[in-house]
Amino acid sequence: MGDRERRMVFVTVGTTCFDALVKVVDSEEVKQALLQKGYTDLRIQMGRGTYTPSKASGNSNLQVEHFTFLPSIADNIREASLVISHADSGRIFETLRLGKPLIVVVNEDLMDNHQSELAEELAERNHLLCAHPQTLRETVEAMDLNALQPYVPGEAKPVVALINQFLGFPVD
Amino acid sequence: MGFDAFAAACCAIPVLVSVLAVRVAYVLCRSGLPPSRSRASGLRCLIVLGSGGHTAEMMNIVSELQKDRFTPRYYVAALTDNMSLPKAQVYEKSLIHVEGDREMIIENAQFMQIYRSREVGQSYITSIATTLRATLHAMWLIIRIRPQVIFCNGPGTCIPLCASAFLLKVLGLGWSSIFYIESIARVKKLSLSGLLLYKLRMADQFFVQWPQLQQKYPRAQYAGRLM
Repeated sequence: MGDRERRMVFVTVGTTCFDALVKVVDSEEVKQALLQKGYTDLRIQMGRGTYTPSKASGNSNLQVEHFTFLPSIADNIREASLVISHADSGRIFETLRLGKPLIVVVNEDLMDNHQSELAEELAERNHLLCAHPQTLRETVEAMDLNALQPYVPGEAKPVVALINQFLGFPVD
Repeated sequence: MGFDAFAAACCAIPVLVSVLAVRVAYVLCRSGLPPSRSRASGLRCLIVLGSGGHTAEMMNIVSELQKDRFTPRYYVAALTDNMSLPKAQVYEKSLIHVEGDREMIIENAQFMQIYRSREVGQSYITSIATTLRATLHAMWLIIRIRPQVIFCNGPGTCIPLCASAFLLKVLGLGWSSIFYIESIARVKKLSLSGLLLYKLRMADQFFVQWPQLQQKYPRAQYAGRLM
C-alpha cells in the first residue's frame, strides 16, 4: 500500500452460487485485462460457490483476495474503482447510487433469469456494462468507463400522488 | 322429506350461484373506482414485503406516504424471510424521532409473518398442502386486519393475501383498494404475481416502472421509477 494508488476491483455474487463468474475473474486472461486497465487489486466475494480462487496469481501482479461473505458489501463498493456483480437488482442500484462503474455478469444457469432484463435495459441506457461469463474478458478490454452515464435515482412521489388521488385525498 | 330437501337444493343452488356471480361482477366493476368512505381517520394498510429487492422498493413508497392518512400499517413478510421485517421496523422506529409519541407509533405499525405457498425447490406433492396452509393463513390475516388499502409489488405471498381480500369484498365483509407496483426488475414481462393480478383485474391501480411494459399492458400506469 501507499506508494502508488491502489485501484481495486470488487467482484460480488451476494448470497448466490455463481462459480462461473468466480472462475472467469480468476482466469489469467481476465486478470491480465484488468491489470492492463490499471487495476492493482482484485477482491472476490464468492458467496455460496464451491470454486476457490487461487491466491497466488501466475505471472500477473494483481493482488487477489477472496471471501465467502463480507460484513458490509456497501463499504467494499465504496472502496472499489470497478464493481463486477451478479444481476441482483438491489446490488445494481446500490452500486449505481454510489456512482461506481459497474459490469453486471448474467448467470445463465438460473432458470427464471428475468434479472438479466434489468441489466440489459440499464446497459442500453449506458448506466452500466452487461456481460456473460464467457464475454467478460472482451468487455473489460473494450470498456470505456468515461462513456457511462450517471444514473439519476427514481422517486416514489408520482406513484404516491396517484394513489392519494385515487383514494380521494387532496393532492398536496 | 328427502325429495323436499332435494327440491330446495335445486332452487337454492342456482340462486346462490347467481348471487355470487352478481357479487363478483359488482366487485370487478367497482374495482378501479375510488372507494366511498368518510375520511375522518386513517386507512388500515397492509404492506406486503419480500426479499430480492421487493422490500427496498416498497419502503421507498412507504416513506412517501402521508402517515396520518395511511395508518395503522401492517407489514407482512414470508416466515422464511428474516431480512424484510427488520428493515420496516428500523424505518418505523425512525419515525419516532419525527413524531415524538413513542406509544402511538408502535400502535400504528405492526409486523406479521405469513407461511409461504412453496419454497424454492419444494416437491409438487407437498406444495399442495403448503399452499392450502398459506391460503388459510392469508385468509386469517385478512380477516384479522381487515385492510382498507393493500400495497404489494410482486412477492408470491401477495397472491393469497389479495385473493382473500377479494373474497372478503365478494362476500360484502369489507372493502379494500389494492395497489400493485410491479418490480423495477421487470422490464419486458410482468412477474407471475403481476400477471395474475392484472389478468384477474384484482388490482385497483396497477403500476409498472418501465414505459415499454406499460405499452404492452395498457391498463397499467407508468409514473416513473422507484429506485
